[in-house]
Amino acid sequence: MTVQASNLESEQLPDPSGAPEGDVSKLAGKSPTRLALGRFRRDKLSMVAFVVVALYILAALSAPFLVKFGVLDPTSFNQELTDPSTGGLPIGKLGGISWEHPLGVEPQTGRDVLSRVWYGLTFSLAIALTATILAIVFGAVLGIIAGFSGGWVDATIGRAIDLTLSFPSTLMLLALSSIGIQLMADILPGTFSDPLPNGAYVVFVLALFGWPGVARIIRGQVLSVREREFVDAAVLLGASRRRIYFKEILPNLWAPILVVFTLTMPAYISAEAALSYLNVGIKPPTPTLGNVLRSSINYSSADFIFFFTPAFLIMIIVVSFNLLGDGLRDALDPKTHR
Amino acid sequence: MYAYVVRRLFVGVIMLIAMSLVTFVLFFASPIDPARYACGKNCSPELREQTRNALGYDKPVIVQWTDFLKGIVQGRDYPDDPELRAAAPELVTHCPAPCFGYSVVNTKTVNEEIKEAFPVSLSISVAAVVLWLFFGVLLGVMAAIRRGTIVDRGIVAAALVLYAFPSFFIGLFLLKFIAIKWELVDVPVYTTIAEGGIGGWLSSLLLPAVTLAMLYMAGYVRMTRAFVLESMTEDYVRTARAKGLRQNKVLVKHTMRAALTPLVTLIGLDFAGLMGGAIITETVFNYNGLGKLAYDANTTNDLPTIIGLVLLLGTFVILANIIVDMLYAVIDPRVRVG
Repeated sequence: MTVQASNLESEQLPDPSGAPEGDVSKLAGKSPTRLALGRFRRDKLSMVAFVVVALYILAALSAPFLVKFGVLDPTSFNQELTDPSTGGLPIGKLGGISWEHPLGVEPQTGRDVLSRVWYGLTFSLAIALTATILAIVFGAVLGIIAGFSGGWVDATIGRAIDLTLSFPSTLMLLALSSIGIQLMADILPGTFSDPLPNGAYVVFVLALFGWPGVARIIRGQVLSVREREFVDAAVLLGASRRRIYFKEILPNLWAPILVVFTLTMPAYISAEAALSYLNVGIKPPTPTLGNVLRSSINYSSADFIFFFTPAFLIMIIVVSFNLLGDGLRDALDPKTHR
Repeated sequence: MYAYVVRRLFVGVIMLIAMSLVTFVLFFASPIDPARYACGKNCSPELREQTRNALGYDKPVIVQWTDFLKGIVQGRDYPDDPELRAAAPELVTHCPAPCFGYSVVNTKTVNEEIKEAFPVSLSISVAAVVLWLFFGVLLGVMAAIRRGTIVDRGIVAAALVLYAFPSFFIGLFLLKFIAIKWELVDVPVYTTIAEGGIGGWLSSLLLPAVTLAMLYMAGYVRMTRAFVLESMTEDYVRTARAKGLRQNKVLVKHTMRAALTPLVTLIGLDFAGLMGGAIITETVFNYNGLGKLAYDANTTNDLPTIIGLVLLLGTFVILANIIVDMLYAVIDPRVRVG
């Protein structure tokens, strides 16, 4: 039996309804998923984290439309709001906060800070999300193959994991940037300085150095899943490798995958910011949380609000995602206690 | 034991050779002409050709790679072309084994660059490890003892928040506010022990070490806390308490002993990664360690330096893995290597 490519894609995403097959759970009352959800809902801190993450995602989704309809304006200059005699600092208290510009304006250019961080959030989250999905898809597929096959396949993938993890990732990200961005600009539409190739490069390298961690975790889980009877049954029935990987084993892995997802997202949001500081990634005028923070560095003492705002937003989302991940792990694994 | 170490070292060397090949292919099979950067801005085509020749960039990648490996074993002379060496013997630079290459940009061998920068990175890493280990374990134990109270929540939350701020924000905040604006500490400038004595050396390391410690501490707080909590329910801890041992003694002698194994793993790997230079922290504070060297090498496209650093850092990581595995056997009598 073959699996369509389109089916495969939907199978690889964590599916909350993907509880163990059979109707035993209905007879027993609540399914493990329902039980986990119940545990999760009772945990107040996790619920708060969940709401914050949801708000961020909502904000990120709405930003492009708000920009299109002119509610947010991240690129227009308002130089009349800055004072050339102070080196372009915003006029007024606290970085030029006013009703039109609730978080003030950027020094020198006078661009609206709220619009920039709001729209920047969209790009930051998009980068983190794509990189996380890529790393998880590659890591999960290779982890399942390695864990199930064993033997030389496992050994080869294991060596590849070790080799990738031995590379100093920050240095490689930095050193490969000019080559990588050029390569991306050749493949994708856009030139060397456009957002798409620069963003794609960050996504690509984060995933390149991120998959081994995922593969290790998944491989460990597969080692125990493959000993279960339903896998033996599938093998005996002559199911194809593909079917065993994605229809038999994968549905049992969505819990660890979900946890890995919520813990990788914040790491990549931080990574985007760190790379922006090193001048790798999407460049202004297109905003990201990282490059807005980078552009505020020179004004850190003179305009503290501008310096603090993007860093604070990054901190909140990173903390929330981490708490959400912890909460999910506790909810999905009843044995852990906090 | 010896057979195990020898085998691990052998695998490690193979891994490094594979790493060097990957690095060479990535950097020299790229659209960027290394000779163009080595030659400088006002470079005529003939001069570029001459540079290419002098550095051996005209040879196929595979030959360059074997030359590089030979250089590590035997040492090398630069320029690479024997005719050029014969023409100007006074300009020949000998790079003794293990030779990591020659940086045309800095007109030094990569070994010399590393030798100059390494003490800075090592100092920062040692100071940071001591800081975060002390506070991480201390706070972790405190949180575990007062589990569920406001102290516990506060410690865990504070550690997470410090971790979640981008590290360059923390570093710049410390530098621009604590040191420059409020003058609470001296503006950090790297001082060797020879220049400023132990006191001067330590105080010059304070802010960079704090920056790094904040990034790493959260993980140690969490792990220590989880370990102490878990071991509180263990039989041997109950026995120790039952026979009348004081709570503090139980903590130090029994609980922490058990927590040592995972702590050593984490420290070993984190320290190895850091020793190769904290790119962001060193750039923020402008300390000329390996991280700053890597950053500058990337800005000037100094490929020999980048390749040398990648391999050096890879060596650190691989060695740290071996040392950590061997330490297991020493710390935990139940573990037997082999």
